[in-house]
Amino acid sequence: MNAPAAPLSPYSSALGKSNIEVHTLSVLVDNEPGVLARVVGLFSGRGYNIESLTVAEVAHAEHLSRITIVTTGTPEAIEQIGHQLERLVPVHKVTDLTLRGGAVERELAMIKVAGKGPERQEALRLADAFRARVVDASIESFVFELTGNVGKIDQFIELMRPIGLVEVSRTGVAAISRGPNPIG
Amino acid sequence: MSNLLTGAEMVVRALQDQGVETIFGYPGGAVLPIYDALFHQKHIKHVLVRHEQGAAHAAEGYARSSGKAGVLLVTSGPGATNAITGLTDALMDSIPLVCITGQVPTHLIGSDAFQECDTVGITRHCTKHNYLVRHVDDLARVLHEAFYVAQNGRPGPVVIDIPKDVQFAVGAYFGPHKVEHKTYKPRLEGDPDKIAQAVEMMAAAKRPIFYTGGGVINSGVEASHLLRELVGLTGFPITSTLMGLGSYPASGEKWLGMLGMHGTFEANNAMHDCDLMVAVGARFDDRITGRLDAFSPGSKKIHVDIDPSSINKNVKIDLGIIGDCAHVLRKMVELWRARRHVASAEPLAKWWAQIDQWRARKSLSYKASKEVIKPQFAVQRLYELTKARDVYITTEVGQHQMWAAQHYHFEEPNRWMTSGGLGTMGYGLPAAIGAQLAHPDALVVDIAGEASILMNIQELSTAAQYRLPVKVFILNNEYMGMVRQWQELLHDGRYSESYSEALPDFVKLAEAYGAHGIRCSDPAQLDAAILEMIDTPRTVIFDCIVDKTENCLPMIPSGKAHNEMILPDHDAEIGSVIDAPGKMLV
Repeated sequence: MNAPAAPLSPYSSALGKSNIEVHTLSVLVDNEPGVLARVVGLFSGRGYNIESLTVAEVAHAEHLSRITIVTTGTPEAIEQIGHQLERLVPVHKVTDLTLRGGAVERELAMIKVAGKGPERQEALRLADAFRARVVDASIESFVFELTGNVGKIDQFIELMRPIGLVEVSRTGVAAISRGPNPIG
Repeated sequence: MSNLLTGAEMVVRALQDQGVETIFGYPGGAVLPIYDALFHQKHIKHVLVRHEQGAAHAAEGYARSSGKAGVLLVTSGPGATNAITGLTDALMDSIPLVCITGQVPTHLIGSDAFQECDTVGITRHCTKHNYLVRHVDDLARVLHEAFYVAQNGRPGPVVIDIPKDVQFAVGAYFGPHKVEHKTYKPRLEGDPDKIAQAVEMMAAAKRPIFYTGGGVINSGVEASHLLRELVGLTGFPITSTLMGLGSYPASGEKWLGMLGMHGTFEANNAMHDCDLMVAVGARFDDRITGRLDAFSPGSKKIHVDIDPSSINKNVKIDLGIIGDCAHVLRKMVELWRARRHVASAEPLAKWWAQIDQWRARKSLSYKASKEVIKPQFAVQRLYELTKARDVYITTEVGQHQMWAAQHYHFEEPNRWMTSGGLGTMGYGLPAAIGAQLAHPDALVVDIAGEASILMNIQELSTAAQYRLPVKVFILNNEYMGMVRQWQELLHDGRYSESYSEALPDFVKLAEAYGAHGIRCSDPAQLDAAILEMIDTPRTVIFDCIVDKTENCLPMIPSGKAHNEMILPDHDAEIGSVIDAPGKMLV
């Protein structure tokens, strides 16, 4: 997730190598076959980065899905990504939540930890501190469910590693703007 | 009122309702119902090509020369994959195409059936949009929507993949009235405040230049007229990209010639030294800009384009105006008149004096010869002997293409069909066939190279079948000339695989296809031979034997700036011009 940014798209180099930023984009699309492939293909085809991507239908009657993409790049590259997404025919709207400022971003993770004795105690104590819920337990394991921003989840996983981290499943970031208004 | 039709009948009916008169295609198992529906009608002329790539390029030539959408119909699997190059070409050059592909029946999709391929998956990256129609009730909407998407906004190719069972199924058909896409609504009118700001910047400019591209031609004939009016009003110099040739007349006094890698000295230097660049319907492609960090360093840049992603993509723009070229140019003309602007006379006169000095270098000159036909001379003679006619020019890709762009002069838009973005060898002959079908009485000439022409030579059979009098004017230097030139520039003249070995006898080849063959290698005989070609009312292959090692100049070497051109009078060996980083570029 927080891996160092890879070299950016060819477009960014042309416009100077200013600061690499992390942006969260919200993309409203028609929920039609292939739309996710179009979006993902655009990123791979043009050499953009995807740090995280989530997608689900958000309005069944209108066939609308919402894709949340966390991407990295120079401000110029990210502006270009927005315009390229807007060119896709089934895309309704692209909003750069980071540019709008102060969006709420959350991710859900399920974390499996195995161990016996004092490690189990420690795992539970830390889970409590992070407000993680136990969603499965056995004599020698727990599955924790944790919701939060990316940093909080990263931190919890790092703490679990010496205790007996087995595996992690994360949803990727979902995000929504603050205040009373919808995006757009 | 809707009526019940089979899916195949809907396809034909929708084409008719969209005003389509000619389509290009090749039958096969998965499109047989549509071919059967074509058999029962007389409104749409189907042109049988000899390879699906030919169908796509012919549709491009038809579209580019007529301003209408081009249509092709191919079968599943190899039919679709053969069309890919043409679709990609149309995407890069913004040509409106509708490509209908047959598909295996829906219940076999995903089973690796005979002649099955994932057409929408494969074409997702090389179309503006594509559809797989799984239900016949969606078909009428999709057909009309496809024409809307292909032709509106920045034009491009659209694929409609129709499984065979959907072609047989019966459903309700409705006409094209009120087709409006629920998400795709391109903006046509530019922001009035920004246009006003642009006009003020133009009135204040001391060293302005118009840089225009294929977008002006795509916008329609009106855009070219408005461009001419605006150039006339302002008195600014104008240059165009390869795709933009013809929007401003080459005989116009403000014309600087084409710009870019093989553009003129005056156009490139004016781009480099200008203080205001007005880019209209052009996309700052790497063939145009040369080295980006040295591209027109001292100028403010205005960019008019219908595609928001074109603005700030490669070059930082000071004022971006999103809109259709004709709409924005009309507003610019109106505002310029309303505000009674007069361009700053004294600085503009100085600017023109500087441009005239660059012009005096005569960067398109070459060493004439009495012994051997110089390729530039061949294009010049072709131009002189055909310019008074109703003429359309297509090209293949390579040196001959650039010589055609430099030495054939266009007065009107839609007269010049060439593969600019993708650079597709084999484009010219099928494109000429498409242009000839759109303009049956016109003179259509494919200026070709002996290597490119062989890539779609099978289309001579199409030309023969439909008695199309297209002329194929081959500049035969027995080399993939541009490859050879780059090997001279970059690889010390090691001509690895660039010699055209074992060429056919083009005169005999012409005869084998029922065409007329002419060969000429003597400069003194050239005019007579060209006249013979023009006067032959059949398909002609003209094998013009030219200087084998002539380089296409002037040239901005890769990795260099606009003011670092190699000119025809360059004395030193050209192999030392390009530095190491430049060699990495294409």
